[in-house]
Amino acid sequence: MAAFTFELVSPEKILFSGDVEQVVVPGTEGDFAVLKDHAPVMSALRPGVLSYTDTKGTIETVFIRGGFVDATASLLTVLADQAIRVADMSEAAFTAEVELATTLLGAASTDEGKRLAAERLAQIEALRSTLAH
Amino acid sequence: MPSLKDLRNRITSVKATQKITKAMQMVAAAKLRRAQAAAEAARPYALRMNAMLANIAESVAGTPSAPALLAGTGNDKTHLLVVCTAERGLCGAFNSSIARLARDKANALIAEGKTVKIVCVGKKGNDILKRLFSKYIIEFVDLRAVRYIGFENADQIGRSIIARFEAGEFDVCTLFYSRFKSVIQQFPTALQIVPAIIPEKPEGVVTTAAYEYEPDEVEILSSLLPRNISMQVFSALLENAASEQGARMSAMDSATRNAGDMIKKQTIKYNRSRQAMITKELIEIISGAEAL
Repeated sequence: MAAFTFELVSPEKILFSGDVEQVVVPGTEGDFAVLKDHAPVMSALRPGVLSYTDTKGTIETVFIRGGFVDATASLLTVLADQAIRVADMSEAAFTAEVELATTLLGAASTDEGKRLAAERLAQIEALRSTLAH
Repeated sequence: MPSLKDLRNRITSVKATQKITKAMQMVAAAKLRRAQAAAEAARPYALRMNAMLANIAESVAGTPSAPALLAGTGNDKTHLLVVCTAERGLCGAFNSSIARLARDKANALIAEGKTVKIVCVGKKGNDILKRLFSKYIIEFVDLRAVRYIGFENADQIGRSIIARFEAGEFDVCTLFYSRFKSVIQQFPTALQIVPAIIPEKPEGVVTTAAYEYEPDEVEILSSLLPRNISMQVFSALLENAASEQGARMSAMDSATRNAGDMIKKQTIKYNRSRQAMITKELIEIISGAEAL
């Protein structure tokens, strides 16, 4: 597979910059995978897990708390609101995320907001249980 | 004519002061390194966000659906000035030069008959501006408890700015901070953040004709713009932190040097008067012996 450049940036620092073969990003309208020569796309991201396959074929997963993605044929930029490598995520970080999602769920006034918050909570819980094993 | 004891006391006290300023200089140097690294680490995100914003704004510009944060409210009657300064003093002209810039701007706006509202971030700016503009200050953000500025701090300020904008409290918002260039050069800067100024496209970036937007341009833009405001506040705070430490470092450096000069002068004076006293005593003894 052909490689292209991928950059993962959070306000505090650059988390990853280099060549990758495939990136799966959690877009607001659904997850999508980006390969080389992708049509130019700009999308908002929802909180979730982003994964990328580097040139050696290893898959890395990163938890991001929303953000934006900008894809062109040769460059994919992800601006994450906050990004933590799933491997580095501590129990405390999970608890904080779960708490945040729960408060959002409680505060949501519309059906749409409730659905999004519930989805977010479910996703974090799922991620936590996969990691616990 | 001060006595020898007075002179000795004065020298000791200047020496103690010199030790303090020297220590403060070294602390500022260590903090500066950290602050500078943090400011530099935040730059890539801001750069890329600008590129995205430039791209997307181009496709929305001119359409009636452009969000108010980008297009403005259509008039400029009420101005909000967000003045970011340090929490501590003893850093040269750092705080006063930012406050002066904000003060001049506020005076100019008031003279034009506009309404001015001020949000102070940082205690020192608040102290200075309170004297002249206490009735215009609507909020004071205290960051004294924050050791290292994180994005959340900036995000909070950004959100409150947006909430005020949505409530129709102001039309134009300007951010005041000090841009860090080097230890001896910091530039007080005024940056308009609402309505957003769309950055020029960086050279060499070819406009790709057909971008696809998910969900759509306007929706992305309406979440990108608030994010951009928070980011601008964040980088202003980081630049400020670096500038503050830089300013403090050079201020404390010259204070240490001044103390050194003063010690030298006082020591010469002390030695002279000690010598004069010995000579006087000798003359007294000799003339006494001669009189016999």
